Amino acid sequence: MNMTESTYRIQGATGEWEVVIGLEVHAQITSNAKLFSGASTEFGAEPNTQVSLVDAAMPGMLPVLNKECVRQAVRTGLALNAQINKYSRFDRKNYFYADLPQGYQISQLYHPIVGEGKVEISLDEKDPDAHGKTVGVERIHIEQDAGKLMHDQHPTMSYVDLNRCGVALMEIVSMPDMTSPKEAAAYVRKLRSILRYVGSCDGNMEQGSMRADVNVSVRKPGDKLGIRTETKNVNSLRFIQQVIEYEAQRQVDVLEEGGEIVQETRLFDPDRNETRSMRSKEDAHDYRYFPDPDLLPLELEDDFIFDCKASLPELPDEKRARYKNVLGLSAYNAAVLTAEHETALWFEELLETTDKPEKIASSAANWLTSELFGALNKMGLSIEQSPVSPQQAAELLGLIADGTISGKIAKQVFEIMLETGDGAAKIVEEKGLKQESDTGAIEKVIADVMAANEDKVAEYRGGKDKLFGFFVGQTMKAMQGKANPQVVNELLKKVLGPAG
Amino acid sequence: MAEIYELGIAAIRSGVADGDFTAKEVAETFIDRVSAAKSLNAVLVETPDHALAAAEVTDKAKAAGETLGKMAGVPVGMKDLFCTEGVATTAGSLILDGFTPQYESTVSANLFKAGAGMLGKLNMDQFAMGSSNETSAFGNVISPWRRNDGGNTDLAPGGSSGGSAAVVSGRICPAATGTDTGGSIRQPAAFVGITGFKPTYGRCSRWGTIAFASSLDQAGPMAHDVRDCAIMLESMAGFDPKDSTSLDLPVPEWEAGLKSDLTGKRIGIPKEYRVDNMPPEIDALWQKGIEWLKDAGAKIVDVSLPHTKYALPAYYIIAPAEASSNLARYDGVRYGMRDLPDGAGLQDMYAATRESGFGPEVKRRIMIGTYVLSAGYYDAYYTQAQKVRTLISQDFDKAWESCDLLLTPTAPSAAFGLGEKTDDPLAMYLNDVFTVPSSLAGLPAMSVPAGLDGQGLPLGLQIIGKALDEQGVFNAGLALEERAGFVAKPEQWW
Repeated sequence: MNMTESTYRIQGATGEWEVVIGLEVHAQITSNAKLFSGASTEFGAEPNTQVSLVDAAMPGMLPVLNKECVRQAVRTGLALNAQINKYSRFDRKNYFYADLPQGYQISQLYHPIVGEGKVEISLDEKDPDAHGKTVGVERIHIEQDAGKLMHDQHPTMSYVDLNRCGVALMEIVSMPDMTSPKEAAAYVRKLRSILRYVGSCDGNMEQGSMRADVNVSVRKPGDKLGIRTETKNVNSLRFIQQVIEYEAQRQVDVLEEGGEIVQETRLFDPDRNETRSMRSKEDAHDYRYFPDPDLLPLELEDDFIFDCKASLPELPDEKRARYKNVLGLSAYNAAVLTAEHETALWFEELLETTDKPEKIASSAANWLTSELFGALNKMGLSIEQSPVSPQQAAELLGLIADGTISGKIAKQVFEIMLETGDGAAKIVEEKGLKQESDTGAIEKVIADVMAANEDKVAEYRGGKDKLFGFFVGQTMKAMQGKANPQVVNELLKKVLGPAG
Repeated sequence: MAEIYELGIAAIRSGVADGDFTAKEVAETFIDRVSAAKSLNAVLVETPDHALAAAEVTDKAKAAGETLGKMAGVPVGMKDLFCTEGVATTAGSLILDGFTPQYESTVSANLFKAGAGMLGKLNMDQFAMGSSNETSAFGNVISPWRRNDGGNTDLAPGGSSGGSAAVVSGRICPAATGTDTGGSIRQPAAFVGITGFKPTYGRCSRWGTIAFASSLDQAGPMAHDVRDCAIMLESMAGFDPKDSTSLDLPVPEWEAGLKSDLTGKRIGIPKEYRVDNMPPEIDALWQKGIEWLKDAGAKIVDVSLPHTKYALPAYYIIAPAEASSNLARYDGVRYGMRDLPDGAGLQDMYAATRESGFGPEVKRRIMIGTYVLSAGYYDAYYTQAQKVRTLISQDFDKAWESCDLLLTPTAPSAAFGLGEKTDDPLAMYLNDVFTVPSSLAGLPAMSVPAGLDGQGLPLGLQIIGKALDEQGVFNAGLALEERAGFVAKPEQWW
């Protein structure tokens, strides 16, 4: 389903302006070794401790392609329903900079490994199908990352850390299909989710595992595409949106003052929330791309692609549809539980404790999105760090389902589980929290409650039906909350008779 | 019996194996030869300890009755393009001044594994860019050869493997490694009357060999004769997972397969190699070569390689293009020379370092390479040149339909005097006219010394074979060698 006409518009003096956005997302490929060398890719190591002779561009060193990186790029392409190019090639992008020892970056300009694909995004995370949109992916290519310059280590000198140098990146280039900051954020969020499902990128934006070059242009609705600017290396969802907002407004201002947009590269300054010109097209580097003669063309066999496909997990969109259609979850729950792969895996592990998952799926989903998420949120933990395991949660939910405890008692039990790590049944047993469903015992308490509140009974029978809750409350209180509320309701209705 | 220094690989190896002399005696002999040949300027770094250590290993193995390696007891000279662990490596350039690799190139490591020792690092054209060894930052190599006119003009040993050519022809090292990008083994071999072999692209690993033009660079042996080249190439070659362009094939036993009977072989004579202004002596030698191969049982056929005339222009686009990128790493940051003028920033340092570190020929080729890859020119130059390269390969493929090997001269002239061509780069580039096409096609080719010109200088003939048919090239080379009976050696004057 296509999203209705975007409502994001810049209000200018001359009327409304539409924004056109394309993103180039650089995603670090999850692999132990770099793209063309055996050096480790672990984050956070001491500077220059993960640098091979190849990464340092020592004389006579040669790149050797890491097949795992190729596999991850192909799996990513397949996950984005993209064309996998059985023939691709590496090119050298030549420029001099201190973070680039070789004097060139090995990339894929002319023949990328992945062609056109698509990402389904949604502006309403709670109900994705209601506000969906397809964003085209133009291509994915693989390339080397550069090193890192550190300007804060010495008053007059800059230092270079080559640990990142040669780390494998996928550059995922979108079509200019997005028209608002929110859409751009939704696209990156969805892309990140898919990459994490696939396991090809950890999506960690703070550590630089994912960053975006943001292309923005503006136009009057219906006009042809305007001239774009490219803001480099934006590393958070918030910043991406800020860049778009700032850049779109700046471009509108320039155009309305009779100026022209210059095709240029810009940098985002998050402290001042503005973009600044880095270099214009005229001073743009001439990268002198040409095929890297140290590497043979990359030719993929059908079997390899087939194996990549077979290794893909169920992806978020499929999973969400299954949760809704097969497990009967609400659109909201289905969306929330599938947004992060770990959540879905946790949920499914819980369901695996039963033969009939569709029977407990809805109640489990509700419990997860309210109780568990609430608790984890409070403790600042991710779902993988949850002190309560899916199996323990299943046990707890089972006790609710078979009437052993009430939902209210369950909250109490859950809190004890979080603290002690004990199982639900053990806690119920030890603390005597088992729910009373014995009608005789409950009838006795109800009789006492009615005897103590004769006036209220009369009022109720006189038509004040709202007092029914009062009797439920009193009964539950007298039984320390352990009475089965359903049984209490039924018995009270019987004994009190109709109101009025 | 001949002096040890007159011996080549096969003779030294059997002499050591038979106990006629020890590997140590061999090493000492050549160590002395090296240190006595300083006036040729062929050796940049002498490594007597390396040669002695390898000799000791061989002598011990011999004493213990162990099987000796293919190069056991043979000390060799190492072109300074090969990175050698713990031994300064400069590629003939100031920009690598002070650089000592912490790793051993695959080719040199393979040789050492086979029992060879190293006598020294050999002078060469800077980054292998040159045909006369005059672009070395460390001075010209002087050829051991002199014209018979009594004039004592210093002659070029050819290039870029000029140091290798000089030490082998002067019997200063029994053999040496070379590298060949457009003729850098074959042309100097021809200039000094030795045998030089460039294998199929991918036979020898490029790992640890300083890159000039990656798609063309190939290491190969330079030695006294065909057999020595076969022995040495067997030790140098082999699949290397560290080089993605390395051929994943076993190394054939070329020495064991040597056979000079060419019955059933068809030798193609490409008409396009009859270039203008070629000295009649070279043409005459070529004719002799044809007769020799006929005599060996081969059938001679005329073939055409119609795109030959475009080979040199294409080569001088492709090789500089790759070089301009390959040499970007020499920036003064991590190794070698650094020129940091007062107050200089990063870009200034790059510029100053590269300005003072690279020689004029290297700069010329970086400029050409940068130009042909530039936006707006790429298609007109680089893309066209690649198309030409494909056509050249197709020419050879076509030729192989009617012949098995090709016979051509190696170079269009005999050795020239130092300084005679330095003012005219294009005239210098023409030296490669016969060697470049087979480099572009990645084919095995060798130069065999076949005669002397009127000035008493050596001339070589070239055999070119199909990809992977090193054996065919060796065998035809052997047939030429046996019939040419080339025994001339430079008289020692140094």
